Amino acid sequence: MNTLKDVQVGQRVKVVKIHGTGAIKRRIMDMGITKGTEICIRKVAPLGDPIEINVRGYELSIRKADANIIEVA
Amino acid sequence: MNIRIALAGNPNSGKTTLFNALTGSNQFVGNWPGVTVEKKEGKLKKDKEVIITDLPGIYSLSPYSSEEVVARNYLIHEKVDVILNIVDGSNLERNLYLTTQLLELDIPVVMAINMMDVVKKNGDQINTKELSKQLGIPVYEISALNEIGINQVIQACLHPCACETKNIFSKQIEDTLSCIENQLSSIEKKRWHAIKVFERDEKIMKELNLAPDQCDSIEKIIQEIEQEYDDDSESIVTNERYEYISTILSTCYKKNNKGKLSTSDKIDRIITNRVLGLPIFALVMFLVYWIAMGPFGTMMTDWANDGVFGDGWHLLGIGGSQYEQAMEQYGNSTEIIDGFMVEYGNENMVSLLELDALKALDELYNLTPENTQISYEVIDEETLDSEVFVANKKDLEKAIHEYTNVEYKQAFGQPDTSTYGIWIPGIPVLVNEALEKLEVSGWLSGLINDGIVAGVGAVLGFVPQMLILFFMLAFLESCGYMTRIAFVLDRVFRKFGLSGKSFIPMLIGTGCGVPGIMASRTIENENDRRMTIITTTFIPCGAKIPFIAMIAGALFNHSAWISTMCYFIGMAAIIVSDIILKKTKPFSGDTSPFVMELPSYHMPTLKNLLHSMWERGWSFIKKAGSVILLSTIIIWFTTYFGFVEGTFRMLEEYELSHSLLASIGNMIAWIFKPLGWGNWQASVASITGLVAKENIVGTMGVIYSSSGNVYHSLSNAFTSVTGLSFLVFNLLCAPCFAAIGAIKREMNNTKWTCFAILYQCGFAYAIAFMITQFGNVLTGTTHFAGLIIAFIVLIAMVYMLFIKKGEANNGRI
Repeated sequence: MNTLKDVQVGQRVKVVKIHGTGAIKRRIMDMGITKGTEICIRKVAPLGDPIEINVRGYELSIRKADANIIEVA
Repeated sequence: MNIRIALAGNPNSGKTTLFNALTGSNQFVGNWPGVTVEKKEGKLKKDKEVIITDLPGIYSLSPYSSEEVVARNYLIHEKVDVILNIVDGSNLERNLYLTTQLLELDIPVVMAINMMDVVKKNGDQINTKELSKQLGIPVYEISALNEIGINQVIQACLHPCACETKNIFSKQIEDTLSCIENQLSSIEKKRWHAIKVFERDEKIMKELNLAPDQCDSIEKIIQEIEQEYDDDSESIVTNERYEYISTILSTCYKKNNKGKLSTSDKIDRIITNRVLGLPIFALVMFLVYWIAMGPFGTMMTDWANDGVFGDGWHLLGIGGSQYEQAMEQYGNSTEIIDGFMVEYGNENMVSLLELDALKALDELYNLTPENTQISYEVIDEETLDSEVFVANKKDLEKAIHEYTNVEYKQAFGQPDTSTYGIWIPGIPVLVNEALEKLEVSGWLSGLINDGIVAGVGAVLGFVPQMLILFFMLAFLESCGYMTRIAFVLDRVFRKFGLSGKSFIPMLIGTGCGVPGIMASRTIENENDRRMTIITTTFIPCGAKIPFIAMIAGALFNHSAWISTMCYFIGMAAIIVSDIILKKTKPFSGDTSPFVMELPSYHMPTLKNLLHSMWERGWSFIKKAGSVILLSTIIIWFTTYFGFVEGTFRMLEEYELSHSLLASIGNMIAWIFKPLGWGNWQASVASITGLVAKENIVGTMGVIYSSSGNVYHSLSNAFTSVTGLSFLVFNLLCAPCFAAIGAIKREMNNTKWTCFAILYQCGFAYAIAFMITQFGNVLTGTTHFAGLIIAFIVLIAMVYMLFIKKGEANNGRI
């Protein structure tokens, strides 16, 4: 399974499924990361975590641990 | 008739700017009940009958964050006439997601699309007419910043039309929802409730309190759908909302797909760059600290505390430095002259010094033998430290020369402040003069000056510096850098279970804990915010420094290690407390995920910055003021009243041992016995430290000066172990009343405020206890029972540090 955590900076991916449950999953989806959404990985924070992504035309930061529940292709 | 408008929108959508534009200065700021979330209400500028409530900035109406819960409870339970939904036009897709939820509440919605200038600049197009038709609500373009289009929006809000319910979900989901609606017979806002039931929203389910068989049948319907979609019901709803938004936008939104980087993107490339990110952060923090706590901030605080609420100040600072210079010249020379006077002068000369200084000094010079040397003592006002110097006749000659050449206004004696520039006396001085004129009795003038005026001074003295800080925080927040701080630092602070934004309160806390605590407001997660409020004052603030210097000077031979150690203890206390607290029940609740929007950079307007600065400053004065004032008066009363030989009367400063405070100190001294300093003197000093931490030094001075040198008496009263324990206890225990007031303001909850204070005191006690008991082993005065308990405390602490989360739910609270 490919997750958002492993995507290289600069790449563009499509969301396949969001795993997990509860608050974290809801929050991720509330922010617009839903099935089929295009995500572009913008950069990694100076200390290696979190990452900055572009989704639905705006910038979002997400921890690698949380990015790990987003399956992408 | 009153009309209630609720202002709802995403964070960073310009909501606050719009709210300020609508209400101007008719605002009331408070907190939502029971949470640390700020609540703002205001009356419309042009129509005082219209009340606007500024809901917290939210992305959704989910049950998972306190902001969202507060907002949706308000919308469901309060009688809101119309929702004004502000939408960021440059970020339409995500902003409309909240709109789809607002439309389900059976409340008329009016939409205002903000930041149209950015949209147009990017070359994007929004067809508002089409959007209005699709959503079934009035839609207006506005610019909150330039106050364009606001009147039309308000007119629309004042004449709302009920919006028709649109079926935004797929047929299958809509069918399921109507099926659930039928089961919920007699409830208002049926569609909203049906959707929440479908999402299995626990908070709504609890409120509805459905019969078990009803729950079962609904659960069965939900499970069927979930199996078919291979997803949970909550996600199905979210997915379909975004799908609906995409279909709408395809008809009324055109994005300019040139794909070039915006200015904001370019700025961000540098600011959160992998290499430059940290140095830039360090630079910004240095600037914030330097401006707020450095020369400028200190000048403001000194002006407020020593000027307005002290002796007075020089207008515009003119003459201030000359006066200081004259004072130094005068001070240095008097010390030498006094030294010789004691040795070779006589009483006649001392009284003559007042009348004819030149003659008296001449006489003294003549009486002093040629080859003599005297030693004299100089006492540092701040730390009461004393130093011994030696002087010979040459020094005396120089001193006399300097003494007689200081610029005096009249005669000799202390240089007069009014000789230099324009001198404005401080409020206590003016009040005192007035009281003397009125011939008010001693206790009343004491109450007014040392109780009330000092108390008001304690509240207002912090305000100028606080305003500077709030201004900078407002700038960092509204320009978009604050979220970048969280982005850059998240990795470090997450380890202690905190947000990267906790760094600012702690940094500011090294200067003063009061603005430090107030700075915690920028932290988005409620648990993190509470934890930061509790731990910020562990860092030694500016007022604790004289006290640290006194202990280091009296007991540790002025070792610089003591103050270094204090900062380390402060930082360690924060880290340990955060790790431990995070594992206890009140803080182990929903860990909100760190999924954070990084808004575009933009230049804030001065008006909005000043507004935010003033609002926070004023709310400190209002909310924290009463606590600070009252406690200062109580401490004043107990310090200056007491029984002397059976009669209750007002006391002089040196009679502290007869005061009520001393009796209280005696009463509670047993508490500190296990810490090795269970006497009334240390207890009283700790209590007066609550008024302001630098007072500990003054109190110790009064108590221990009766037997000569204060430092000498201190070293007799304390061993290095008990001294260290006393120092550490007072560093970590409850902060001064001003900071307690700030904690109360930010916690907005008596229970949480008490918890914070108790935790701080408990933690301080535990650490000081361990220092005393383990220290006693080193000095060979082991107390076995104490040592065993100290070991148990240590093991408990280490255990709390290293066990996994979840096992510790029955923790120390």
